[in-house]
Amino acid sequence: MPGTDQKNIRNFCIVAHIDHGKSTLADRIIEKTGLLTSREMQAQVLDNMDLERERGITIKAQTVRIIYQSQAGEEYVFNLIDTPGHVDFNYEVSRSLAACDGAILVVDAAQGIEAQTLANVYLALDHDLDVFPVINKIDLPSADPDRVKEEIEDVIGLEAHDAPLISAKNGIGIEAVMEAVVAKIPPPKGDRSNPLQALIFDSLYDSYKGVIIFCRIMEGCVKKGTIIKMMATGARSEVVEVGYFGPGQFIPCEELSAGMVGYITASIKNVKDTAVGDTVTDDENPCTEPLPGYKKVQSMVYCGVYPADGAKYPDLRDALEKLKLNDASLHYEPETSVALGFGFRCGFLGLLHLEIVQERLEREYNLDLVTTAPSVVYLVHKNNGEVLDLTNPTNLPDPTLIDYMEEPIVSAEIMVTSEFIGPIMELCQERRGRYLGMEYIEGTRAVLRYELPLNEIIYDFFDALKSRSKGYASFDYDLKGYEQSEMVKLDILINREEVDALSFIVHRDSAYERGRRMCEKLKDEIPRHLFEIPIQAAVGGKIIARETVKAMRKDVLAKCYGGDITRKKKLLEKQKEGKKRMRQVGNVEIPQKAFMSVLKLDNE
Amino acid sequence: MKPLSIYIHIPFCSQKCLYCDFLSAPAEEAVIKKYMEALLAELDRESPYYRDYQVRTVFIGGGTPSCVEEEAVGRVLSRLKKRFAFDQSAETEITIEINPGTVSKEKLRNYRNAGINRLSIGLQSADKAELKVLGRIHSWDDFLQTYEEARRTGFRNINIDLMSALPGQTRASYAATLSKVMALKPEHISAYSLIVEEGTPFYDRYGPGTEGEALLPSEEEEREMYQLTETLLRQEGYERYEISNYSKAGFACRHNMVYWQRGDYAGFGLGAASMAADTRWSNVKDLGCYLSGMEGRLEPIKEAVQVLSLTEKMEEFMFLGLRLMQGVSREQFRKAFHQDIDAVYGDVLTRLEQQKLIINKNSIALTPYGIDISNYVMRQFLI
Repeated sequence: MPGTDQKNIRNFCIVAHIDHGKSTLADRIIEKTGLLTSREMQAQVLDNMDLERERGITIKAQTVRIIYQSQAGEEYVFNLIDTPGHVDFNYEVSRSLAACDGAILVVDAAQGIEAQTLANVYLALDHDLDVFPVINKIDLPSADPDRVKEEIEDVIGLEAHDAPLISAKNGIGIEAVMEAVVAKIPPPKGDRSNPLQALIFDSLYDSYKGVIIFCRIMEGCVKKGTIIKMMATGARSEVVEVGYFGPGQFIPCEELSAGMVGYITASIKNVKDTAVGDTVTDDENPCTEPLPGYKKVQSMVYCGVYPADGAKYPDLRDALEKLKLNDASLHYEPETSVALGFGFRCGFLGLLHLEIVQERLEREYNLDLVTTAPSVVYLVHKNNGEVLDLTNPTNLPDPTLIDYMEEPIVSAEIMVTSEFIGPIMELCQERRGRYLGMEYIEGTRAVLRYELPLNEIIYDFFDALKSRSKGYASFDYDLKGYEQSEMVKLDILINREEVDALSFIVHRDSAYERGRRMCEKLKDEIPRHLFEIPIQAAVGGKIIARETVKAMRKDVLAKCYGGDITRKKKLLEKQKEGKKRMRQVGNVEIPQKAFMSVLKLDNE
Repeated sequence: MKPLSIYIHIPFCSQKCLYCDFLSAPAEEAVIKKYMEALLAELDRESPYYRDYQVRTVFIGGGTPSCVEEEAVGRVLSRLKKRFAFDQSAETEITIEINPGTVSKEKLRNYRNAGINRLSIGLQSADKAELKVLGRIHSWDDFLQTYEEARRTGFRNINIDLMSALPGQTRASYAATLSKVMALKPEHISAYSLIVEEGTPFYDRYGPGTEGEALLPSEEEEREMYQLTETLLRQEGYERYEISNYSKAGFACRHNMVYWQRGDYAGFGLGAASMAADTRWSNVKDLGCYLSGMEGRLEPIKEAVQVLSLTEKMEEFMFLGLRLMQGVSREQFRKAFHQDIDAVYGDVLTRLEQQKLIINKNSIALTPYGIDISNYVMRQFLI
């Protein structure tokens, strides 16, 4: 925007532990600037998707530009970049942070510092952001701002004595936060006359405009007609429009220059050309080096996604194609399963990402899905020296051909109050965790550091953590690398036939336990047939667990209601309809539900 | 003239049983009076559609029809006789359902005078504790008194309703009920297995996931009770002619046979189901709607009208006919649908025969194993 002095721009984000009030504070800041009236604001403007609002999390980075009149009478441009709040999206978070010059750290006045608080603050500090804390929810009866301030100073080492005390929910102290943004967050650096260098921190596919690139201009400027080039992907395009982010809308402007945050459209057809973290430059006058930190996003978790109704396969393919336009981190390729027919093997950033994609497919595209157990990517070292990225358990080579296998390991930080240290350590032990150490933050709370195999945490680790700590534990992790491990393929046989969609890779030591629980669960899910059905778990051809679905002995509808045949017929039809939702494996009919239920094998 | 059966629904009872999901509830005198008037109006209004028919059976069910004054029932029957043609070649079977303790000697006599010649008595169990569990308001003695009074009044065709698979019921207690009932030599016994229906107090007590669920007999016990019924009753000369119905020779319920053999029937009263001219429909299930519909003649009282397709007719032919022990005949199928049964159900029949669930000869009928899982068998005939 011409007229805005670079020194009056503030690019910042808000970091917080989940539920500490990040999005609410963002809403209040937007509201305070008068761009939207309260009535116009749907609760939490920045969380666009219904899903985001329902789950109370931010999935995609959202950005808004705000004009703020400071108490000293100067006009400032605030670019507030709301970052995703989940570990699955860590890379996106880091790119959003790289687009900022400072961050507001929101800490709950009652709960204090949590695992994600730490993880996010460290991430922000790693990006050289100036971070200042605010204490939120001070109107809660259990609020203890002095203790929390002390905690922030002791644990993080941030100056906290003058931290604004606020209640984002009730609009208390917001003005102080705005003034602190002006005072404590530095204006952006960069020079308009240098060659263009802009960081992509997100992109969005719009069916009219094509891809909309969200970027922070580090150096130079960009305007309509500039030929831009993505330095990592090499894609080139002519800029059609540039602009900035109004609340809920895109506002075109003349040009974007160093220090500014905004968007670029250039008739780009696919988000994969505009990878998050890539650098945009001027094709005719390129910058010498791309911005640091770009990496190709890797899928961490894979699972098979099948249409419940086989005839909907083309619909599923179309839906995935459309989702992919907007979600460069979603991978998929066709696969077939004996039990489930035609479907796709999809790769996700993590389990939350998986759940979100699945929900969007079901809701936005009205598809009924069957998904198989999520799997991490194993490295299979074969005897002949070949190394295989294994994303589907079914593709595991014959054990005689395998030299050894490696599995992904994460380093995890779990923050917990001291009374639950025991149960949580026990949990980590069960999940094959390697204890690295523990630090007390203050008298009653500690951070436990563990290395855990990713495959032990993708199922139900988070739920287990919450239940064993009565909800007090918080958790954050980072992929550390691969380690050699004794992995085996667990097969499930139903009526002596192997069901490919139920196979999974598991550590040798947990195979028996998992196999037993799978069999128990399946026994409840598979309806009785005319004959007895053995359900077996096997490793390398050896049966390690067995359950039996007994044969159906009685199924009589005795009464009839004064000639009301319709009622009886409806019952029979309902049963028949249920049969349609079954998958035939050999001569056994397996309900679709059974494939999903094995994903949730609760401990207790 | 085509044969017709008539069902009259009386949706009232003195107290709703805990397992009951029939359209029935206690009601005030005035409502009952209004309802019985509405029934007469319905008969007046509907009878012209049945000019080509002759009535062969009438069944007054509920609810507890016997909790309504017998004069009102008598008026319904005489209106029926006035408006409909009755088949004179044989005695019309006219049944009323009664509950023990709701009929006096005089009431029974008036029933007879009104032409009722068959009684269906809801006993359910002879066991005191079981009756209590069911929420029945009568005792075995109440029943005995009613039964004996009925015999004295001259009823020669009596059915007794029994239930198995009750919470807390054992093989022994069920056998005891059967023995006590057989000793009375009723002409007909209906023995149903309890179904815990959603929306009943039973569902909350004994439904899936409740503590009470454990009190229900296991599937195996349930099956044994069912087989016990067959064994014991056969010894006493009762023939099982339908999955849940037993009778002395010549006393099969002719009215119920019409349902299984897809004969035409007209249902009158709240929620009553009808089938005629290959069409099924029901009356509305809301009492207010029904009453105002009959009074003002503005609102239609019929709903769920379904004109049966050929496929649906064939499906019904099979799954209804198979409830009868005599099964369905290939000949009848050909007559009804002008094609061979194997052209439609050949594969299903072969498979079910291999599974030993049916006998597949000139007639097709359930085997004892097929009876045990008859729902499974019938489902196979849905196209």
